[in-house]
Amino acid sequence: MERNLTLIALFAALIAALGLIPQLTLAFGVPITAQSLGVMLCGTVLGAKRGALAVLLFVLLVAVGLPLLAGGRGGLGVFVSPTAGFVIGFPFAAFITGLIVENWRNGPLAMVAGVASVIGGIVVLYAFGISGLAWALQKPVAEAALLVTAFIPGDLIKAVLAGLITAALARARPASVLSRA
Amino acid sequence: MISLTSPVRTRASGWPAGLKLSLLCIATAVLFIRQDIAFHVVVFAVTAAVYVLPGARFARAGARALWRLWPFVVLVAVWHLVIGAGGQGAVIVLRMLTAVGLANLVTMTTSLSQMIATVMWLVAPLAKIGLNTRALALGIALVVRFTPALADKGTALTQAWAARSPRRSSWRIILPFAVLAIDDAEHVAEALRARGGTNP
Repeated sequence: MERNLTLIALFAALIAALGLIPQLTLAFGVPITAQSLGVMLCGTVLGAKRGALAVLLFVLLVAVGLPLLAGGRGGLGVFVSPTAGFVIGFPFAAFITGLIVENWRNGPLAMVAGVASVIGGIVVLYAFGISGLAWALQKPVAEAALLVTAFIPGDLIKAVLAGLITAALARARPASVLSRA
Repeated sequence: MISLTSPVRTRASGWPAGLKLSLLCIATAVLFIRQDIAFHVVVFAVTAAVYVLPGARFARAGARALWRLWPFVVLVAVWHLVIGAGGQGAVIVLRMLTAVGLANLVTMTTSLSQMIATVMWLVAPLAKIGLNTRALALGIALVVRFTPALADKGTALTQAWAARSPRRSSWRIILPFAVLAIDDAEHVAEALRARGGTNP
């Protein structure tokens, strides 16, 4: 119980700390932050339930007013802003990512975690994010989707990194990769 | 850890957090139901006035938080002007600014401890169906404690990289960063167990 709790809390803190890493800028000028990589890692390392709980704890602390999102954002305003869907989708993204890694056991972990991160951290997360954008800006879903397509290459890079980091963690600290425990 | 609560005391700072959250839910619902521009202009003006009342420092902090929405304001304004629906665009922009402004107002006038107390009050009934609320409180405290500690470790790793390579560290430090976090979690879990664990 204590180990699960501390891993959940530490991964929630890891998402916050990754938001402090200076953002990269892709060749065509789109900024990417490491924060959603943290969400992917919660799923790939902690598994579905614990990963979702870690992200939920992070989202709860953002809601109560801690400036934990990239750029020092936080508070209740985040949940009514046009990008609210992405923050609300974070726990679901981690859950689906973890669920895939837990159940797909007959492949190299780097590949499985990478594919799971694409499905959970991009497909699921963008489904929430685009719905939120469409709702807040009152635009059709297709038009809202166009607004975020520029960020997908950056997220694909993060999914590849999540796969490689998870596989490396499984070698360095095998007992802590709970998704494969 | 620094929260987004304003250091400026306002009249609303003393109100119960639950009341402010309930009022915010009602106000946000009404904002999304009403579609007439006159209503949104008035509510936006009232919200702006509420920000100005506690003084310039409070108003500046509020404006800074709202400034992050400028890409969406520009996008909606330009889009609706191009398609000839300026009125609808104005409603969307005003509603977005007011909804976020009111939510930020609650965050700025409510301390972190009041917010956490409200969360614990909200989840208290879930204890009857097996949720360990003590674990939740402990989890919150651990994240609040470990975020700055991890950020410091991230800075140390970045500096160690910079001392050895002219290239930027960026993603290369994430693996050692995650290993450090996992090692910390294991040590803290052991310390918690030694002190009686999560059960009261």
